[in-house]
Amino acid sequence: MIVTDAITWILDNRSTFMVAFNRHMLMCVISLGLAALISIPTGFMVARSPRAAFVSVNTAGSLRSIPSLAILAATMPFLGIGLLPSLVALIVLAIPPLLLNTILGIREIDPAVLNAAKGMGMGRREILWQIELPLAMPSIITGVRTSAIQVIGGAALASFIGGGGLGDFVNAGIALMNMPRLLVGALPIALLAIVAEILFGWLERRFTQKR
Amino acid sequence: MKWVPNNLDRLLEALIEHLYLVFSSIAIALIISLTVGIWVARRPRAFNVTVIITGILFAIPSLALFALFIPVLGIGKAPAIIGLAAYSLMILVRNIGLGFQSIPREVLEAAHGMGYGTWRRICEVELPLALPFIVGGIRIATVTLIGIATVAAYINAGGIGEIIFEGINQRFSEKIIASGVLTALLALSTDYLLSALEDRLRRRSGREAR
Repeated sequence: MIVTDAITWILDNRSTFMVAFNRHMLMCVISLGLAALISIPTGFMVARSPRAAFVSVNTAGSLRSIPSLAILAATMPFLGIGLLPSLVALIVLAIPPLLLNTILGIREIDPAVLNAAKGMGMGRREILWQIELPLAMPSIITGVRTSAIQVIGGAALASFIGGGGLGDFVNAGIALMNMPRLLVGALPIALLAIVAEILFGWLERRFTQKR
Repeated sequence: MKWVPNNLDRLLEALIEHLYLVFSSIAIALIISLTVGIWVARRPRAFNVTVIITGILFAIPSLALFALFIPVLGIGKAPAIIGLAAYSLMILVRNIGLGFQSIPREVLEAAHGMGYGTWRRICEVELPLALPFIVGGIRIATVTLIGIATVAAYINAGGIGEIIFEGINQRFSEKIIASGVLTALLALSTDYLLSALEDRLRRRSGREAR
């Protein structure tokens, strides 16, 4: 069985596997974190201005139409190969869903709620933290979930531009036509994405129910 | 900009191959999703389970999915089309289900009262009413697949991705950028065309319902 062969290979080469796995996780976490730090505050800033929101939504929408592979490849001429271009590409991949969902979440808030908050004497800052952020949260979580899936998949492709990670095993497996080696990469990548999908899907439902 | 003007035929060939991959996958997925979608639309629990399962399928990164197919299906166009079809299932089934759920009960009862059988009701009443949702699903699925299909070149399925991979291996930025832009333009124009169709259908069915 190739699956058992793959598992045996992982157990025999635990340190090699862990290096690639950690690299993969590092790429995902850093790029998702930085993308969130960029897009969520930007989303809050532009959401209330129709023109800025229009520009951001359209830019993010067109950015989204460029395939992940092309974004990763396009960083190469500027940044060469390795971890840095991979991270930059993954951040670019993760921004549009986060930004779009943040803007959507804020715009869906009932203006009556904001007026009530103002009427109660809440300041700008209080409205942001106690009204807007909690109400926009389910939509933001949807953005995080979409971005996380994008980034985990993109990180698998980072191997093509020397970013390392689990994609390296898939590449080696195909180059050598070594099926167990292929699965050493492909199975954990798939599992990682499935876990992220289930975890964030659960979070999303929890936040929606609370509301 | 030297490579692009001299290789327009090459780009066109890749574009056609790309469209072939995308549309054959959508066609296969549409047949499956219509069957499953219509069946689960009136069964909330089955609908939820279907959406979760196809959602998990959708989450699996393209490289991993294509790689997982190699031991079973090998490489080439066939496994690529199967993989791409699997991706579009989530979007199509969800939209088809929502389309059928959006039909008011009274409409179904009226059809029943007029003596329509299940099959005739689905074909003549429900399908036309759900059409804007179905086209919406086809639009999102097509745009998504146009991007993912670039990775299919990795398992020798051809398409625009082939030129991107060449660009990566030869460190040839013009190939990378030209094919990236071409794919994005393809996705954006498909999105535009199908949105226009969707709007027209929505307006038409709105008038008929009233």
